[in-house]
Amino acid sequence: MLRIENLSAWYGEAQVLRDVSLEVAAGEVVTLVGRNGAGKSTLLRCVMGLHPGQRGTVELDGRDVGKLPAHKRARLGLGWVPDDRGSYATLTVTENLTLPPTVGPDPWSLERVYEAFPALYTRRDSAATMLSGGEQQMLALARVLRMGARLLLCDEPTEGLSPLLVQQVGDLLREAKRHGVTVLLVEQNLHFATGVADRHYLLAEGRVAEAMDNSEVRSRERELLAYLGI
Amino acid sequence: MSGFAQNTFNGLVSGAFYALLALGLAVIFGMLRVVNFAHGAFYMLGAFGAYVLLTEAGVPFWAALVIMPVGLGLLGMALERAVIHRLTRLDPLYNFLLTFGLTLILQDLVKLRYGVQSSPYATPSLLSGTVNFGLFDFPTYRVFILGFAVLLCVAVWWVLTRTRIGMVVRAATERPDLTRAFGIDVGRWVTPVFGFGIGLAGLAGVLAAPMRAVNPLMGADLIIVVFAVVVIGGLGSIFGSVAAGFGIGLVQAWGEAYLSNFPIVSQTIVFVVMAVVLLWRPAGLFGREEAPA
Repeated sequence: MLRIENLSAWYGEAQVLRDVSLEVAAGEVVTLVGRNGAGKSTLLRCVMGLHPGQRGTVELDGRDVGKLPAHKRARLGLGWVPDDRGSYATLTVTENLTLPPTVGPDPWSLERVYEAFPALYTRRDSAATMLSGGEQQMLALARVLRMGARLLLCDEPTEGLSPLLVQQVGDLLREAKRHGVTVLLVEQNLHFATGVADRHYLLAEGRVAEAMDNSEVRSRERELLAYLGI
Repeated sequence: MSGFAQNTFNGLVSGAFYALLALGLAVIFGMLRVVNFAHGAFYMLGAFGAYVLLTEAGVPFWAALVIMPVGLGLLGMALERAVIHRLTRLDPLYNFLLTFGLTLILQDLVKLRYGVQSSPYATPSLLSGTVNFGLFDFPTYRVFILGFAVLLCVAVWWVLTRTRIGMVVRAATERPDLTRAFGIDVGRWVTPVFGFGIGLAGLAGVLAAPMRAVNPLMGADLIIVVFAVVVIGGLGSIFGSVAAGFGIGLVQAWGEAYLSNFPIVSQTIVFVVMAVVLLWRPAGLFGREEAPA
């Protein structure tokens, strides 16, 4: 579904991605792990079309989308879950959910979103930034499900959440996967990653250092955690 | 007591002009991140256009009230496409140079043809005379301006808060990049929003023609206070610009009436208020600190 080849990216003079190549098949959940500054978030931004300084190939369903602006990529089925949760202060919870157009074959209805997230329903007319951090994370995920996005780009959706909420995010991603949604996930929490994902890429200094499956991550957990500095 | 009502009413009428101009500046800044220093020039063009239409073509006030905002809105859209949009990638200094330069060009073009003297514009006959509010009489035309401006502000507020277009404009104003990532072509809305802001300035100009001196510098005098209004309300805040517009109109009118023995105070009171607001709330009364893009 997503193929990245020889992707390089810069922030001004500093190169943050170096010839990254990776693939995500339809229906897969794949994580990017790596230290802070390894280029994980930049990689997601490149896929979304939000990073101006980049070179290389980004293909979606075999189509080169490298030249497309972000809004056109979104309409091809990309769902963006940014690391800061992307809540609009000037929009209500309902408006935050209904702002993006539906882009996929199987969008959630607003009723379904509110049934799954009663906390969002009770706060539906509040400004989205008045929600708790966990609620805002649910809102960010609910928003891309309501879009019917086919490929979710999730930037650390569990960061700063309580264990209960982390579990809820995991349930949600697993349910999305059951419905055929593909997920590319930036994640530092290895337990969480092996619980939801099929495969993992370890990013180091802007390169793909290793590709691992779940059993490999579990068996090398101690080494990886030490490497990630957690 | 009747003096107080009179001053308050006149303050609200001045405030209506500040609010209409600040509202246009706010939507333009929100969407384009451009501070339009040429805003006063478009206000002047609205008034001058109404004057020229009347004296040279016999077009009445009511027609000018439609023709000028629409015409200037279209001119604004053309300018946005031609030059303003280039500012987004440049240092903010160019924003100042370009829009201030535009002001000088527009002012001098008018001076070249009509000179610097003020021209009178007759109050439309339907709105001449006064309206009696029990104890006080107010000029009908001023009552009309106040009502019209309030209705317009409410209509803009309604569009911004209750329609899908308004939701998109709010989202694009708050976080342009994020909004693009949600499949919305933010660029498509930039030109119409700029044209709309310019149209509002032109409309305020037409409304001003019968009660203010119509001359090439009328916008330059007003715009300084309007920028103070925008800063007090919070740059980019729609509600803040309208509220601060009426508020500053009141402060100015009361200052002139009750502090007239202290001309230094009454003439600078707007800027004193601005300084105090900025010390207390650096982003303005209703402004937010810039969120990351």
